[in-house]
Amino acid sequence: MSATRTLTPAMKLRRKAKVRRNILYLVLLAIALVAPFVAYPVFLMKLLCFALFACAFNLLLGYAGLLSFGHAAFLATGGYFTGIMLASYPGLTPELGILIGTLASVVLGTLFGALAIRRQGIYFAMVTLALSQMMFFFFIQAPFTGGEDGLHGVPRGELFGIISLDNNINMYYFVLAVFLIGFAIIRRAVHSPYGQVLRAIRENEPRAVSLGYNVDAYKLVAFVLSAGLAGLAGSTKTVVFQLASLTDAHWHMSGEVILMTLLGGVGTLFGPLVGAGVVVSLQTQLAQSPLGNWVSVILGAIFVICVLSFRSGIVGEIQKVVKKNFK
Amino acid sequence: MTFNRKILASSVAFAAATLMATGAQAEMSDDAVRIGYLADMSGTYRDLAGPGGLEALQMAIEDFGGEVNGTPIEVLSADDRNSADVGANTVREWFDTQNVDLVSGLVASSVAIAATKVVEENNGLAIVSGSAASSITNEHCAPTHIHWVYDTYPMANATAKAVVDQGGDSWFLLTADYAFGHAMEKDVTEVVEESGGTVVDSVRHPFPTTDFSSYILQAQGSGAKVVGLANAGGDTVNAIKTASQFGLTQSGQQLAGLIVFLNDIYAMGLEATQGLLLTTGWYWNMDDESREWAERYYERVGSMPGMVHAGIYSSTTHYLNTVEEIGSDDPEAVRAAMAEKPIDDFFSRNGRIREDGRMIHDMYLVQVNAPEDATHDWDLYEVLSTIPAEQAYRPLSESQCDLVNN
Amino acid sequence: MTMIFGVPLMVFMGQLMLGLINGAFYALLSLGLAVIFGLLKIINFAHGAMYMLGAFAALLGLQYLGLNYWAALLVVPLVVGGLGMLIERFILRRIAHLDHLYGLLLTFGLALIFEGSLTNFFGVSGSSYPTPEALQGGVNLGFMFLPIYRGWVLIAALAVCLATWFIIERTRLGAYLRAGTENPALMQAFGVNVPQLITLTYGFGVALAAFAGVLAAPLYPVSPTMGSSLLIVVFAVVVIGGMGSIIGAVITGLAMGLIEGLTKVYYPEAANTVIFVVMVVVLMLRPAGLFGKEA
Repeated sequence: MSATRTLTPAMKLRRKAKVRRNILYLVLLAIALVAPFVAYPVFLMKLLCFALFACAFNLLLGYAGLLSFGHAAFLATGGYFTGIMLASYPGLTPELGILIGTLASVVLGTLFGALAIRRQGIYFAMVTLALSQMMFFFFIQAPFTGGEDGLHGVPRGELFGIISLDNNINMYYFVLAVFLIGFAIIRRAVHSPYGQVLRAIRENEPRAVSLGYNVDAYKLVAFVLSAGLAGLAGSTKTVVFQLASLTDAHWHMSGEVILMTLLGGVGTLFGPLVGAGVVVSLQTQLAQSPLGNWVSVILGAIFVICVLSFRSGIVGEIQKVVKKNFK
Repeated sequence: MTFNRKILASSVAFAAATLMATGAQAEMSDDAVRIGYLADMSGTYRDLAGPGGLEALQMAIEDFGGEVNGTPIEVLSADDRNSADVGANTVREWFDTQNVDLVSGLVASSVAIAATKVVEENNGLAIVSGSAASSITNEHCAPTHIHWVYDTYPMANATAKAVVDQGGDSWFLLTADYAFGHAMEKDVTEVVEESGGTVVDSVRHPFPTTDFSSYILQAQGSGAKVVGLANAGGDTVNAIKTASQFGLTQSGQQLAGLIVFLNDIYAMGLEATQGLLLTTGWYWNMDDESREWAERYYERVGSMPGMVHAGIYSSTTHYLNTVEEIGSDDPEAVRAAMAEKPIDDFFSRNGRIREDGRMIHDMYLVQVNAPEDATHDWDLYEVLSTIPAEQAYRPLSESQCDLVNN
Repeated sequence: MTMIFGVPLMVFMGQLMLGLINGAFYALLSLGLAVIFGLLKIINFAHGAMYMLGAFAALLGLQYLGLNYWAALLVVPLVVGGLGMLIERFILRRIAHLDHLYGLLLTFGLALIFEGSLTNFFGVSGSSYPTPEALQGGVNLGFMFLPIYRGWVLIAALAVCLATWFIIERTRLGAYLRAGTENPALMQAFGVNVPQLITLTYGFGVALAAFAGVLAAPLYPVSPTMGSSLLIVVFAVVVIGGMGSIIGAVITGLAMGLIEGLTKVYYPEAANTVIFVVMVVVLMLRPAGLFGKEA
């Protein structure tokens, strides 16, 4: 009772905002829970995998200010390692397979991160692109990936050895759980003191250095975290589709995840989710329409439009409107 | 009100019609025969099947009359963008939401393998026309798909054997350095050695490679009579062009393309490709029947059809004929009935479907014309010999397919 | 016969020659990137697309307008460079005040648009461009049979690199350019029209890419995707050299061509990746690049 009386107006506002946000989370969660009974579950799973991928990418671009042009390498590494483990060890449960794939991405992320953060800005983008192209060639040549044919027949298996994932609905809830865990990790990282420092580095790196922060270490941790979550997305995707292919390693994929993030809103928590939703739906719709041949032109045009006049992305623009009208 | 009544009336009529129809043909799965055409419509393999293949499919349906025993034929098409997961997803959705009866097209090996796995899970039916992978009816074989036009086995083996028989007994192999190239290198080496030749040297180039000059120089230095290209697509094209620039054939060496298509030859031009030996499943100018169909295709598309386009027409027609005959579009029944009939049309000679799902038919060894011998733009090949169907494809005795009793 | 690491000297020399020719393309493209970066501070992701447009313009010019190779070598860079100037004037300028990463993203979008549209019209198999008559055939250099056209490519590319260096280091226009790179505001104050200078510079960088495209047309199939894979390698070259100097870009380009050429002889399996490996090594030893100064 007495506590409420001491609240300042600003604190009240914040508390109100928090309640509103929790309601929003609950509504979204409810939608996600009923979604597979309304929409096509496989499509939803694809969407969630790409959303997690985009969220992981956004952690790096939106909160650390690092534009990676090579995130496809982590998606593919997670996918391939999970695929190989599950295909060659039939006793392995899917969650362990996914864990192994994610760890592989973490290792690769540490190596690439340590190299890439030696350069900044545009150079950083080029270094990550070149490194991921190197991985692309490695995946083509490596004997275990099936080269251009890809890796097929990965079993979905039984979660914890009991729940069969061959059922699409079971699979969906598992993917949703993976996504929520990934999302929670990102949210926690962003709102922690660590996330604050990351933003300080993004805004003004020399100042962060002069304040005594080990900037490189902060950047590296962000890079590894982002790579690991991208790998988690790739691993999960492999279990859903039961295959891993070179598409995930191609630099086009790195471009697509940038587009998802940019379109949804860089540096917003929900932006990448919305962006992934729009891009994945668009691709699915376009592939089966007469405009199918124009997919890459349309994606390119969206890129140009976003950069020219829509830089806050969908969620960013909505936030602006909300701030203007409801404050 | 009148409007509603109209709807009511027509739906009653429709229901009655459906009931009657169901009575008449108890086995049609629903109100339409749906064919899903999945191919690369915009990427690397666009010219191999792509929009032209869709046109060939539509020609087959139009020629058939647009319906089977009164049930309309519908076509769905999608661009797989050469991505296995896009392809597999599309097919899965076709089964889950559209009730597709036949999946056709299927070009890039990764997409074809992924899509046929989904078809197998859903007990559907697929006819693979575009892909080169012989594994589709070998380790990836299933009772739910048929491989129609060609695969790497006749393309590589028949060419290699023919070249050795013509005196090209020492080989230098230019191999794409990944699973596909390695497999082909192994196959060709076996054939060359069985036929009495030797492979003196080989080089494995990364995939993909644009500049082949270094490898061509190594091939020239090897002194081999024949330079075999154990690669595909853009790599083969680049290698052939570079070989022509470095005067490989002028200096007495012979080039053998193992996986080369009509559209590749057309794109490179006869100057660069003349004298090249290759194997094809069909050539538009090989006889009157083929020419007649090809010219109709040309009218609609603006370029001459390759073997994949013709194969899509042929396979669709055979499928529709079978559905009409047995009065059912049940995949298992259709698949069984398709295999019972020989396939002889403008595309396929001595054709039949084996138990592993391989449609075998006569293949042709051809040589690319010299520019001065070509009477017009598309006069590209001269047919040298016919490889009988039973000898062209991987013998069942070597098959790893579970459907074959070995 | 003299052997070098198990390879006859003759073959070795031939391979060096071929490596140098490939290096000339890397040099031309990274030079264009460096020129643009100097003034605009953006990495032109559309550079590969411009190279591809150069090759296509030559091909279409020949097919529809009867424009021969020599004319194309002159006209195509002007036309594509003009397109580049329009892009700079009406699109890139609008985001010039923003973080330079936006420039990268924007040009990436443009590259997708160009590649995608041309794929729709021409497919991806690629068409071939005939070698100009005067440059057909080959010469025996004693150590190899060198197609005359490849020799010409090497000479032409090096000449253009040299001319670019001369313009930038030795002429008044070049002096403006260098000054603009150092301090654009001051240049503006001195009455130099900096925006115009920027437009011209972008146009010039793009024209270099288009020139490389015309040179490449008779060598490789002219296809919409010919630029993008090359561009990623050129990016690695740029990271290795750093974009600090014109000469640096040219030398790094040639050197990477040589290294790649030798890899094709000794360990062909790694030919596609060797430049990336060099990049990793350089990043570990000298993060700013061989000729670069860290910003």
